[in-house]
Amino acid sequence: MTLKVSASVQYPNFTLEVNTALPTQGVTAVFGRSGCGKTSLLRIIAGIERCANAEVRFGDDIWQSGRHFLPLERRRIGLVFQEASLLPHLGVRDNLLYGYQRTPKHLRRLEPDTAIEQLGLEPLLQRKIDQLSGGERQRIALGRALLSSPQLLLLDEPLSALDAPSKRDILPYIERLASNFGVPVVYVSHAAGEIERLADHVAFMRDGQIDAVETLEQALARPDSPLFHDEGPATVLHGELHATDNAGLACFQSGSLTLRLPYSRGTMPRARLRIRARDVSLALDPPTRISILNHLPMRIQAIRPACEGRVVVEGRLADGQLLLSEISQWSCQELELTTGTLIYALIKAVSLLD
Amino acid sequence: MLTLSPEDWTAIGVTLRLCLFTTLILLVIGTPIALWLAAGNSRLRSVVQALVALPLVLPPTVLGFYLLLALGPQGWIGGTLQRLGLDHLAFTFTGILIGSVIYSLPFTVQPLQQAFRQAGRRPLEVAASLGAGPLDRFCSITLPLARNGFVIAATLTFAHTLGEFGVILMIGGSIPGETHVLSTTIFSHAEAMNYAAAHRLSLLLIGAAFAVLFVVYLANGRRPPVVQP
Repeated sequence: MTLKVSASVQYPNFTLEVNTALPTQGVTAVFGRSGCGKTSLLRIIAGIERCANAEVRFGDDIWQSGRHFLPLERRRIGLVFQEASLLPHLGVRDNLLYGYQRTPKHLRRLEPDTAIEQLGLEPLLQRKIDQLSGGERQRIALGRALLSSPQLLLLDEPLSALDAPSKRDILPYIERLASNFGVPVVYVSHAAGEIERLADHVAFMRDGQIDAVETLEQALARPDSPLFHDEGPATVLHGELHATDNAGLACFQSGSLTLRLPYSRGTMPRARLRIRARDVSLALDPPTRISILNHLPMRIQAIRPACEGRVVVEGRLADGQLLLSEISQWSCQELELTTGTLIYALIKAVSLLD
Repeated sequence: MLTLSPEDWTAIGVTLRLCLFTTLILLVIGTPIALWLAAGNSRLRSVVQALVALPLVLPPTVLGFYLLLALGPQGWIGGTLQRLGLDHLAFTFTGILIGSVIYSLPFTVQPLQQAFRQAGRRPLEVAASLGAGPLDRFCSITLPLARNGFVIAATLTFAHTLGEFGVILMIGGSIPGETHVLSTTIFSHAEAMNYAAAHRLSLLLIGAAFAVLFVVYLANGRRPPVVQP
């Protein structure tokens, strides 16, 4: 099943020209700079804006085609906006139940108590709307959207107005949306970190157009990926995090790979580890007597030029996953690296995406 | 102290009836106009906005004069009514009611428009995404969010109709029990050199107008109500 959108709309400062099918399994991120048309696309999908030259189909349902236009209230979409959009004249509980009460009984898939428990909203129920922090408001907005039992969740930069602690607070909930509640999510963002953590698929948007729709793995496998514009190329490994040992190190297991990292906040059944290419050095011999914790053998699959005399070396690890390393052109020549060379990747730093 | 003549009491009755009906009718007519005006900006909206604000700047006599022509037996409204076997509307309560509705229109529309604008579109989009249809949205979002706007619009309209003079004199003349309202009664008293009677009614009006405006300012969080041409 897919979400098909085609639109050709002239806005004052750009033209939206889209003809695409977005996957509706898990989280599909729409990534692009501010002002590239992400929000406009979302408004067309939701039907907040009615544009003549647009067509929207969700699976077999036609939401907009020709003169047919299904209004927003009948599309069964959950919307969460950038800024807290709680209804100011209602309390926390009435906000949560606004959509639930308007959902016919046979379509309800979530009960208020479940949502309150899963999103940790119990302590907020007695509070006044204007006494809530940004993160708390977004959690309530999320719960409210879920309680209307939507077929699709559209999140428009839900974290961008939050400070770092609030982001950390709410990210795990968003992460579990697709798996726990079984709702496909379209997640609009310009933050690469959020996308690497949450997305299953990424649609890259630029100047009102969608350049590509890829799986996260594909998107991270090319060194020129727009996701890398801020921090350079990086690899994201999926795996599980095991308990901390007595040396204070946690164990990250991804397929047959094991990495150790300093982390003391318990286990995580689904974790993503981000390794920046410039944090990966290369050695021709297995390193011994070295402080770097993690070194993995890999075979070079490609060497691509990067900016300013540097190259990105793409290696395949023992279990088939890719790892990127960014080194200087000079080192690359000195070590006589070529495709097929077996080398050792020395991973100086990793970061857990949380 | 307040010994009012039976004519005065009749005039008070007519005035209250006029104010009440005008306010109710204008809330019904003014709400959709204000909703539409608040929904965006366009040339047509500016035209309507200017038309709505016109009674604020025109001398009431101008409005009254044209209404008299239109509603009278030779006018296109009054004449049409007569051809249908009905009475024309000059010098009737219905006539001054129509005049009041037009004359007080900005005092209903402008506070409502302001309130709707202030509430913004986002709450409505949220409500729609949660399954609320247009009527549901109006009742559960627009009305409660614009509650203060409605209180202000209703009281201002009521108070403004209370102080109406020129339009009523032009369309209604001064027929006791029909078109003789407080302001025109005061005028009659003053013309007849009956200053004591004029004083009594004038003080009554000042008190009533003050009370109404006090309620408005209280409801509006001590900000002046926004009515502007």
